[in-house]
Amino acid sequence: MKNSIFAVAATMIAATGLHAEEVLPTNVAFNDGAVEQSLSGVAGDAANGRIIVGDKGQGNCVACHQVADLADVPFQGEIGPALDGAGERWSEAELRGIVANAKIMFEDSMMPSFYKTEGFIRPGNAYTGKAADDTFGPLLSAQQIEDVVAYLATLKEE
Amino acid sequence: MRKLTGAILATVLTTTVASADPVDDNLVLNEETQIVTRTAAPAHVSDALDEVMSGWLFRGTETRAMQADDFDNPGMIFVEQAMDAWTVADGSEGKSCASCHNDIESMAGVKPTYPKWDEAAGKVQTLQMQMNECRTERMGAEPWKYDKSDAINMEAALSSVSRGIPVNVAIDGPAQSTWELGKEMYYTRTGQLELSCANCHEDSYGMMIRADHLSQGQINGFPVYRLKNTKLNGAHSRFKGCVRDTRAETYSPGSNEFTALELYVASRGNGLSVEGPSIRN
Ligand code: HEC
Ligand code: HEC
Ligand code: HEC
Repeated sequence: MKNSIFAVAATMIAATGLHAEEVLPTNVAFNDGAVEQSLSGVAGDAANGRIIVGDKGQGNCVACHQVADLADVPFQGEIGPALDGAGERWSEAELRGIVANAKIMFEDSMMPSFYKTEGFIRPGNAYTGKAADDTFGPLLSAQQIEDVVAYLATLKEE
Repeated sequence: MRKLTGAILATVLTTTVASADPVDDNLVLNEETQIVTRTAAPAHVSDALDEVMSGWLFRGTETRAMQADDFDNPGMIFVEQAMDAWTVADGSEGKSCASCHNDIESMAGVKPTYPKWDEAAGKVQTLQMQMNECRTERMGAEPWKYDKSDAINMEAALSSVSRGIPVNVAIDGPAQSTWELGKEMYYTRTGQLELSCANCHEDSYGMMIRADHLSQGQINGFPVYRLKNTKLNGAHSRFKGCVRDTRAETYSPGSNEFTALELYVASRGNGLSVEGPSIRN
């Protein structure tokens, strides 16, 4: 009996992230554009996601989207729809799919794929104009995606 | 679900586009030269655009005003430097541009036809390549570096004497395959952001992308004096910046690829007036 309790505890620890395996960008399972499984195995931090969405050096989502909740971030673009209420329009899995690779939900979308490492034409090394080298990785890490998804889920229409 | 969102997106988009449309304004240079800043799209782009518009229409009131008068246009200082250089002999032959071409005003009408097929070179050449052909083959002088001050200033001087004349590059005959390469480049989504020229300048012109008001990315106004770096900038250097911003490996100014792209982009503006040196952010 004691033994089996330990076994259960060990499994639970694995599931909550101590030994969590990240899903690699090449291994993400899309289902109708949505991604059910957490990419990092660790719950997203909405406060950090809020920073990533507004930060030029991270998600820079405001380059294309307006977010009323980020009124402190100047110069919000208007290429995509305002993200206000995104957490009501979409499930968490759908949001994860959109942020990881929006082109699966929206065919030919102008929105960049934030969790993808293959299939680019002339990929560069960030904004240097030089060719990509072996430091090339996805635009956002697995955990950053989870943080952004957690933040988007909080965006409800007033 | 997807259809529904599409409908919501459509509403959001139509309401935001209106706020950043190009202005309704007329550009008259020095109170005499009427500049065509919008006109019907040429046949070869009419499937994508109804109207072609100069980048001037997308700039703020003060920037637009600066361009209307040569005394207020800082780009004209560089034009004057090049006009001086026009008559200065250089190279082993002891010749200046004026030795063969007389007044620079006699070159009115040249700029709007470039890039253009050059029979002797066997390829499409930009205006800067043509200038360097004269320098190396006829003057015995060193070529000017691509888009650097000597070259870009002279390009601006040649542009200034053609202001008001419609852009009219040839896209058929021997230039056609180059034009087609440029077109393919225009629609290819490059870099880690997978964005094409068309994504920004055909699908999204009039909208804000972060702090920038997207124009159609026309080059009738080149070379442009940018308030950002206070000098004249060439079309290839602008292309390089835009390609870099897609997180892609860029091409170099003066490369065959950018020459092809220049021909294609210039042809999208056939019918707009030559405007350079124009003023942009
Ligand atoms: C270059 C432009 C661009 C960038 C950058 C961008 N998006 Fe988008 N996004 C779009 C467009 C365009 C759409 C509309 C879908 C389509 O393509 O039809 C969209 C759609 C969305 C949607 C679904 C729309 C809805 O109902 O709210 C979400 C959510 C979203 N984006 C989140 C993000 C996040 C988060 C980031 C940054 C990590 C981001 N986007 C960055 C262009 C962009
Ligand atoms: C991510 C968006 C984006 C992409 C992709 C892009 N551009 Fe631009 N481009 C801009 C912005 C922003 C500006 C500055 C505002 C303006 O004039 O549109 C600009 C300006 C220009 C201008 C200057 C226009 C003027 O009147 O001064 C030209 C020319 C141009 N782009 C051509 C291109 C070409 C060619 C490509 C493809 C190789 C391209 N751009 C790709 C965003 C983009
Ligand atoms: C020794 C004579 C000579 C000198 C000096 C000379 N050019 Fe030329 N230039 C020519 C000839 C000849 C052509 C026609 C070449 C052709 O058709 O391919 C030409 C063509 C051109 C053209 C293209 C005209 C058109 O209608 O397409 C430009 C632009 C030009 N020259 C600029 C310059 C500049 C700038 C300089 C000085 C830096 C210069 N040239 C010096 C002889 C000269």
